[in-house]
Amino acid sequence: MKDYSIYTEQMTVGYDGKPLIKDIEIRLKKGEILTLIGPNGAGKSTILKSIIRQLRLVAGTVYLDGEMMHKMSGKEVARKLAVVMTERIRPEMMTCEDIVATGRYPYTGALGILSSEDHKKVWEAMETVHALEFKDRDFTAISDGQRQRVLLARAICQEPEIIVLDEPTSFLDIRHKLELLAILKRMVKERQTAVFMSLHELDLAQKVSDCVICVKGDHIQKYGAPEEIFSSGYIHELYEIESGSYNAAFGCVEMEKPSGEPKVFVIGGNGKGIPVYRKLQRKGIPFAAGVLHKNDLDYQVAKVLAAEIIAEEPFEPIREEQVKKAAEILKQCEKVICCQETFGTMNQGNRELLVLAESLGKIAEKP
Amino acid sequence: MEDKGRRNHARYWFSFLILLALLVFLIIWNINAGSIHMSVQEIFRIIFRHQGDETFYNIIWEIRLPRILSVIILGGALSVSGFLLQTFFGNPIAGPFVLGISSGAKLVVSLVMIFFLSRSVVVSSAAMIIAAFVGSMISMGFVLLVSKKVNKMSMLVISGVMIGYICSAITDFVVTFADDSNIVNLHNWSLGSFSGMSWDNVKVMAGVVVIALGLTFLMSKPISAYQLGEAYAQNMGVNIKLFRVALILLSSVLSACVTAFAGPISFVGIAVPHLVKNLLKTSKPILVIPACFLGGAVFCLFCDLIARTVFAPTELSISSVTAVFGAPVVIYIMIRKQRQV
Repeated sequence: MKDYSIYTEQMTVGYDGKPLIKDIEIRLKKGEILTLIGPNGAGKSTILKSIIRQLRLVAGTVYLDGEMMHKMSGKEVARKLAVVMTERIRPEMMTCEDIVATGRYPYTGALGILSSEDHKKVWEAMETVHALEFKDRDFTAISDGQRQRVLLARAICQEPEIIVLDEPTSFLDIRHKLELLAILKRMVKERQTAVFMSLHELDLAQKVSDCVICVKGDHIQKYGAPEEIFSSGYIHELYEIESGSYNAAFGCVEMEKPSGEPKVFVIGGNGKGIPVYRKLQRKGIPFAAGVLHKNDLDYQVAKVLAAEIIAEEPFEPIREEQVKKAAEILKQCEKVICCQETFGTMNQGNRELLVLAESLGKIAEKP
Repeated sequence: MEDKGRRNHARYWFSFLILLALLVFLIIWNINAGSIHMSVQEIFRIIFRHQGDETFYNIIWEIRLPRILSVIILGGALSVSGFLLQTFFGNPIAGPFVLGISSGAKLVVSLVMIFFLSRSVVVSSAAMIIAAFVGSMISMGFVLLVSKKVNKMSMLVISGVMIGYICSAITDFVVTFADDSNIVNLHNWSLGSFSGMSWDNVKVMAGVVVIALGLTFLMSKPISAYQLGEAYAQNMGVNIKLFRVALILLSSVLSACVTAFAGPISFVGIAVPHLVKNLLKTSKPILVIPACFLGGAVFCLFCDLIARTVFAPTELSISSVTAVFGAPVVIYIMIRKQRQV
């Protein structure tokens, strides 16, 4: 328990003493990022708010750095744990520097006057998040991305051992999402800070987290390394995805596939099929994809978008039976789109298909 | 970097100097202005050497000086109370008057006064303050109940104004049926006025306000944390429950003290903190609290001067003057807020 930044024992969280999620066992080590994922309203924020003592625990114990948290004073906790919340704050007439400076609160005297040492730490924190250039701007006048960085700087200059962040990347564009997580990663590595946060972006959660907690229903459904959690099947189950799909290998989502018998046959491969598949999907035209090697980039997308898929084992030449199968389907289709100009040694089967399509007069331009 | 810091400091010094200069200027003007004119030399002789014409001497020492001092103390207290309420509700147009806290105080004070006066007992200053405090807390209780149910800026203010009207209506009703001889005094007071302050009054209000202000100033640090919202304040180690209780008690004591002596005074509590923050260009409580006090004193001295001189010998109620200068500020804040959202 001493080795853990956050260690919970049968923690049950909820509102007004009513349990919402039971028996949560969190093990967060120094220098690790622990991420909460799960559907909207699953209680990710409730767990975070309980850890930072904004909500009273329904049952169980939280140990902060080996100490029982409910026995610690507000100031003791403040020196170990800093937060970045989702609620938007609208402070009046405060510059970004003023906001960051509030992070020194647990270290200043009775009137909260900052020493030159404190000022230095404020600037260092702002430098870490690249916020120095707008330090004198009013906090309400900067962009969401900048605001989030300022709030992170505030947490950093509190010199905590643990930072708790509630959906820190919401409202941010892709560049700022990446920047923010890069800063967190660096802090974790350089200062051995522990990070406990909730994220909505599964692709980011998969890449940034050392450990992932999946919250669903009244308990923690799964807790483990990203490699264990992020399988397409499990993510579909966790979020109850019914239309469309999540691709765990790429960390991307695909829309629902068009229903019905395939009308177009796409000869894909080498990544060139993907834009065609997507376009057909957008237009709602069901299609067949073939013949794809299972290690082909196109295979990952065709797998979830194509009405029919004809696949070959990796690095094997396309076998005759697969070509036959593909040809049967091709004959049923109204059109054929070929994305290939040349056919490699392992890909000769697709040349046969092209020839067949030409003889049937079904070749269409790429849409 | 250093440069900007120094510029800020210069701004703070400049702001405080301006406020102090205005204060001194308005004190002198207030001593001088009135139905009886005196030369400045004469005034200085009376104040600093304690000699001069006896009538003049009495006017200055028994009427104008205590009045000026109470305007300073109560005006300052009112603004600080407004600042605390704005911090508490996270609402820039919260204040003791709009939230109906002054009117609650007014109601209880009227009841107490009428009850005692009808038995020919003179009510002490302390009793008045206690009565006003009780009234403030009752109104505050209602406002807190409403704010728990709906957390919207407009709803909070509307419910406050409604509570204010109800209290005022009951006060008017009670005053109408009070003994004739008391009515004049009570009526003036219930509209808001700084007239008729004695040195005894000044001593009591100074005692209460100085203690409350001192405590408020010591709370600058948690107040600054609270400006970022409850969650952050708590994470910084502020005991939220204790803090909220302290804030409510202090703002109520300050505004109760004002109401007990000068009746309900409108808009000072909203307008002054806003103007002061714009002058300082910061909302750091450690600067804003003292500046609010000075600003409130200046604002009220100015308004009181107008109240008693413009239509002399008829005196205007102080609230009608503060409303003329304060209400536009409130409208401005509301329009600006609306644009931001």
